[in-house]
Amino acid sequence: MNNQGVGILVVDDEFSVRDSLCNWFRNEGYRTETAESGSEALRKLQDSLWDIVLLDIKMPGMDGMELQKHIKKIDNTIIVIIITAYATVDTAVDAMKEGAFDYLSKPIDPDKLSILIRNAVNQRRLIAENIQLRQKVEELTLQDEIVGESPQIKKILEMIDTVAKTDATVLIRGESGTGKELVAQAIHGKSNRRYFPIISINCGAFPEGLLESELFGHEKGAFTGAQYKRKGKLEMANGGTIFFDEIGNIAAKMQMDLLRVIETKQFTPLGSNKVVNVDFRIIAATNSDLEKKVAEKDFREDLYYRLNVFSIQIPPLRERTMDIPPIAHYFLDKYARSMNKDVTDISPEAMRILTQYNWPGNIRELRNTIERALVVVGKKNRIEVEDLNLLFLPKANPPGDSLEEIEKAHVKRILEQSDWNISRSAETLKIDRVTLYNKIKKYGLQR
Amino acid sequence: MSYIDIVPIGEVEETVLSFLKQSIFQTFKIQTRIRNRPFDLSLAYDPVRDQYNSSGLLLELINEPPPETLKILGVTELDLFIPIFTFLFGEAQLNGIGALVSAHRLHNQFYGISGNRELLESRLLKEGIHELGHTFGLIHCFTLKCVMKSSTYVEEIDQKSIQFCKSCEQEVLHWRNGRSISLK
Repeated sequence: MNNQGVGILVVDDEFSVRDSLCNWFRNEGYRTETAESGSEALRKLQDSLWDIVLLDIKMPGMDGMELQKHIKKIDNTIIVIIITAYATVDTAVDAMKEGAFDYLSKPIDPDKLSILIRNAVNQRRLIAENIQLRQKVEELTLQDEIVGESPQIKKILEMIDTVAKTDATVLIRGESGTGKELVAQAIHGKSNRRYFPIISINCGAFPEGLLESELFGHEKGAFTGAQYKRKGKLEMANGGTIFFDEIGNIAAKMQMDLLRVIETKQFTPLGSNKVVNVDFRIIAATNSDLEKKVAEKDFREDLYYRLNVFSIQIPPLRERTMDIPPIAHYFLDKYARSMNKDVTDISPEAMRILTQYNWPGNIRELRNTIERALVVVGKKNRIEVEDLNLLFLPKANPPGDSLEEIEKAHVKRILEQSDWNISRSAETLKIDRVTLYNKIKKYGLQR
Repeated sequence: MSYIDIVPIGEVEETVLSFLKQSIFQTFKIQTRIRNRPFDLSLAYDPVRDQYNSSGLLLELINEPPPETLKILGVTELDLFIPIFTFLFGEAQLNGIGALVSAHRLHNQFYGISGNRELLESRLLKEGIHELGHTFGLIHCFTLKCVMKSSTYVEEIDQKSIQFCKSCEQEVLHWRNGRSISLK
């Protein structure tokens, strides 16, 4: 580790102090300059970047305290060290309350100066490292974007922004493949817990006993096969967020255990007698009808209310067809880059097919379709109809090219999507109900 | 021929000066000599601090050097200070001609323990080479054993060696070659 690149500005009205400290720091390999007044220091602070400012409190004109306030306005990460005569130690303490890193009494003990500067440089490096790591975490947590321009997706993005700032439990609902985990990650990524992990657990993927050990962890020998002590996911999520996917699939006993953990933020690993305290935010997701499960006593009502504090409903892709082109292009860019392919577009005909398909597997299915198309696209630079999996092509004959035919097909599709709910269809089509009735009549549309 | 002059300031034992003369020659491969000259110490003395102003002594030390003098190392038993610091082991002009080293705080006795002649000479030599190193343009080095590593207390001086690390040695060599200094 060397000091090259670390800039120290010495501000003192006494020449001998400036000169001595400047020589000392230059010998240590620091980039050093001096200023004999507050105004000269401010000029130098604006001209170049400084890491540490050594500042005499008593100077004619702008004193050290005032200068410190200006420095903090210019860059509040600059480390300010106050130099003071013994009689002004009280002022130095005041300066520290205003954010100075430390103070030195004149004459300075070289040992103390050496240690103090070393600590200040380390602190400065840690701050810089911290900023870099935070940026990195932010990049990583926002890996996959929520793409879409539809009013529904804009509303979801607003809800994410609102709820992320709180610590409320969130229940995300939507069909399989709609991107529930992505929404959970976005909430976590925008929350104050973002520098801690988000731990996902697919509750539907584990048999009851295994889910318990997965969540709570276990001691060595807690059960047959528990050869080592293992931390549970609840403990791993400490400080961060735990995401329970398919929450509707957990068994009755597990529901009770989970309710207790949510209420107390405490649990006991299997085979242990030690209570573990945890602090996490809960986000759950389901594609099942939880209300029905509650009514049928398959899901605990108290757990349901605990989880359903803030609910986000993600509409299926077929209900927001205007999002299909941007999502398709998003995956096209992403996979073309990862496969190192020069495919930049989707032909209009292929896009028409994509937007007409009803996507039972939602975004996951669209993603797989684009990924597969990129594999089979060959040397072409755009995806054509033949690159799409033929099984996915819409069964209905495509409408003709006239405006009337296209409008008829579009109105029919929107009506079908909403199960002929006139109000909802009119809202989607951005027309009033009377106009919609007129179009149904004009095109002879029937259920 | 060019010399590194070793100049006593105040009373310094002959044997110590001879030891430095020989050892510094071995390090820098530049002829060394002991050069006595008078000093008016009263100008540098601060009665309030009971210490001697290092910068004042250094200025006097480099005043009107003989033409064959390449570098000057002042050696003293006086306790040195500069106004901003409580004390100094030594001071030097970066890329200049003069350096100054004090044995005052290098004695074990200063810290209340029994004297050790060998240790004192070793500390004085390390600090002498270190301060002279600055006059060759070397700044403090981060290599643990390099003599150019900064030391603010004696234990740190004891931890480093009397040798330059490869990189600092190269710089001194480069400096010397640039001036075609005679090795004789």
